[in-house]
Amino acid sequence: MYLYDEFDRTLLTERVSEFRGQVARRLSGELTEDEFKSLRLMNGVYLQLHAYMLRIAIPYGTLSAVQMRRLAHVARKYDRGYGHFTTRQNIQFNWIKLAQLPDAMADLADAGLHGMQTSGNCVRNITTDQWAGVAPDEIEDPRVWAELIRQHVTLHPEFSFLPRKFKIAVGASDHDRAALRIHDLALRMHKNGAGEAGFEVMVGGGLGRTPFIAKTIKQFLPVRDVLTYIEAVLRLYNQYGRRDNIYKARIKILVHDKGGEQFGKEVDAEWQNIKDGSLALDKDVIADIATRFQYPDYEKLLDNPPELKAAQADARFATWHANSVSRHKQSGYAIVTLSLKPIGKPTGDCTADQMDKIADIADRYSYSEIRVGHEQNLVLPQVAQRDLPEVFKALDAIGVATPNVNQISDIIACPGLDYCSLANARAIPVAQEISKRFAEPNLAKSLNRLHVNISGCINACGHHHVGHIGILGVEKNGEEFYQISIGGKADENAQLGTLLGPAVPYDDVVDAVEDLAEAYLALRERPDELFIDTFKRVGVEPFKERVYATR
Amino acid sequence: MPLVKGSRIAADTFTRVEDDAPIPEQGAVLVPAARFLADAAELMQRAAPVGVIWPNNMDVSELVPYLDKLALVALVFPIFRDGRAYSQARLLRERYAYRGEMRATGQILRDQFVFYLRAGFDAFDVVKNADAAAFEETAKRYSVFFQPTGDGRLTVARSRLKLHGHRDPAAKRVTV
Amino acid sequence: MTSPLQQKIKIAGPSVVTANRLGDGAVVYRTARHQWTTDIADAAVVSNATAATELLTPAKADGINAVDVYVAPVKLEDDRILPGNLREQIRMRGPTIELPYSYGA
Ligand code: SF4
Repeated sequence: MYLYDEFDRTLLTERVSEFRGQVARRLSGELTEDEFKSLRLMNGVYLQLHAYMLRIAIPYGTLSAVQMRRLAHVARKYDRGYGHFTTRQNIQFNWIKLAQLPDAMADLADAGLHGMQTSGNCVRNITTDQWAGVAPDEIEDPRVWAELIRQHVTLHPEFSFLPRKFKIAVGASDHDRAALRIHDLALRMHKNGAGEAGFEVMVGGGLGRTPFIAKTIKQFLPVRDVLTYIEAVLRLYNQYGRRDNIYKARIKILVHDKGGEQFGKEVDAEWQNIKDGSLALDKDVIADIATRFQYPDYEKLLDNPPELKAAQADARFATWHANSVSRHKQSGYAIVTLSLKPIGKPTGDCTADQMDKIADIADRYSYSEIRVGHEQNLVLPQVAQRDLPEVFKALDAIGVATPNVNQISDIIACPGLDYCSLANARAIPVAQEISKRFAEPNLAKSLNRLHVNISGCINACGHHHVGHIGILGVEKNGEEFYQISIGGKADENAQLGTLLGPAVPYDDVVDAVEDLAEAYLALRERPDELFIDTFKRVGVEPFKERVYATR
Repeated sequence: MPLVKGSRIAADTFTRVEDDAPIPEQGAVLVPAARFLADAAELMQRAAPVGVIWPNNMDVSELVPYLDKLALVALVFPIFRDGRAYSQARLLRERYAYRGEMRATGQILRDQFVFYLRAGFDAFDVVKNADAAAFEETAKRYSVFFQPTGDGRLTVARSRLKLHGHRDPAAKRVTV
Repeated sequence: MTSPLQQKIKIAGPSVVTANRLGDGAVVYRTARHQWTTDIADAAVVSNATAATELLTPAKADGINAVDVYVAPVKLEDDRILPGNLREQIRMRGPTIELPYSYGA
């Protein structure tokens, strides 16, 4: 956990009081909507179809049990008793009233939570691997770097009115669980020939109307230079990013227009001016932030303890264990994923009661720590393996132990037309229908790892471009239609999906997905060849034929 | 449109001169960038103060030869959401060591005062009277700053080190 | 930018002027007496561009009670005013899915 100190707390208090004044000025008419809109957005407040929506940042996806309970409290007191975890490791409340927002924010600030920079044309919440600090394959905890960057870009006087939003992600493992290459800027920690840790820097990734995979502009950036280098990128973007066309304003367009190499050169030139200035990171500053991340005092435990072996006799437990429990860096411990994708229910939603219970379970079994992953699931990162049977029972009792992690029903879906004012079509009901169609556990299991991502419009909050199966809602003559693409992925070999063919109407989407699943089963070479690998081998054609044969 | 300087509402002593109007003999003048560049040699000979209105899509490094003689650089925020002039301001103050008046002009609103100050502005063409009147109070709204900028405020990182008994990484020169 | 007041309004059929209430974001409709109501039954229905402009212009000028003001299609069935498309239906009735907790509005 990152422990907030007096400075962090003072800032949040000052922020809440500023926002209270702004809301009062808006309600009295002193501020116009145009003036107020960016102010509220920079505090995470959107106006959606039916109400205001409040988005709370969960920096690098780490939550304490105390914070989780506070989210439950806000859900109950100011909203309708639930929240929605997003692909940006944030949580959204859908039914907040403007006049009550300052109070809700004050309550959140007490627990170190806020909505600052979760929207607006500024640097957004920094995301990372939801297994940071516990993954067996990581070089070091990427959250230290995410936190250094987070502090540096918080209320940055130069970069709060960029051409468009700016998303940064940090990873430190070989396997990319943070979708690095679809970010405006991403840092991947690795070691150079001399064994020193540094970062590969990638820029210009992003989905939306013009999707791009980020380009590497620096192979190895020493850790001391992280902030100066980001400052140089942001300064170029602030001055030269397009402001005349909202669809061309993201940094990906600037990088694409200049070419990655040229952009890298310009960044380097600017960086030379500031590289050794006051932003260069002192060892002491890094160490100071690192000491504020607390790690549990792990017990000395062995893997596969008798309690776990005994529990494997229970088929339900065994299925869940095989699906939702992952290897921890510490022997005798495990990482547990909580599925927020119960069959037939909205993806990523969590009720206040569930939040409270999850906080209790985290206190008891996971050193009070909870994580949020970009797949819209939660994680208990510090569970002793001997406790797994009890943890399963506790999670199962509140409906967050569906053993479908990474399966076809573990769908990423944005709020879509059920909530979002920008949507063209619904996303949640499509996800619900797909998960029902594939509810039979053996069927789902036989399909192996298969990511279905759904967005309700081209903004791509549901990451449809990088789903193994991607579904995009469009509108045709007032009807909901869906474009389907396949072969996208968001990992270290990130690639954009290939469009299958003409969009299909709402009623046909689930059938089309079933056709794709059947085609895969027929086409795969071995039972363990993944959908994405079959696609790679055979290409889009055989899938396309199958889906459009009868349409 | 009230001008705020030194935290107070102040009279504007500069006369704006349009592109083709004659430059008055006496008094402080504020001229558009193109005019300034065309007549720079002449303008720099003037005894009375000269200022320039610099648009947000021109490179401020072009001003470097004139900075020690310029009395005022007015940077422009056509709308408050266009943040280019923040970068120009920091470059002028921190990289090119400009010490004269730097004025924020355009859609200048209360809710950005702290950002302007931190970027190095010291004069403000404020749109609304109520905002201008609230300047001093608004400027004090935050006490926590993360970024080292030319305004010299102590950053959180340095405060923490002091607090935790590390050596202070010294008042390193701010380079932007 | 053209002022919203100068934008040409094109409407294809019966329409209402709708917005979200400033205080809580609730969906509201403009009445014939130039007030806001949460009940679509009380909305003023217009069917040509001139009438729509006359209804829309003062509605937009009211920056305090409602935001995001625009003209939306409706269907008229047996004297009842119904939302004209799925988006408007959802705005009026709420999400089409069962909510995790239904506390009511
Ligand atoms: S993808 Fe579109 S519909 Fe979905 S949440 Fe984003 S903006 Fe809304």
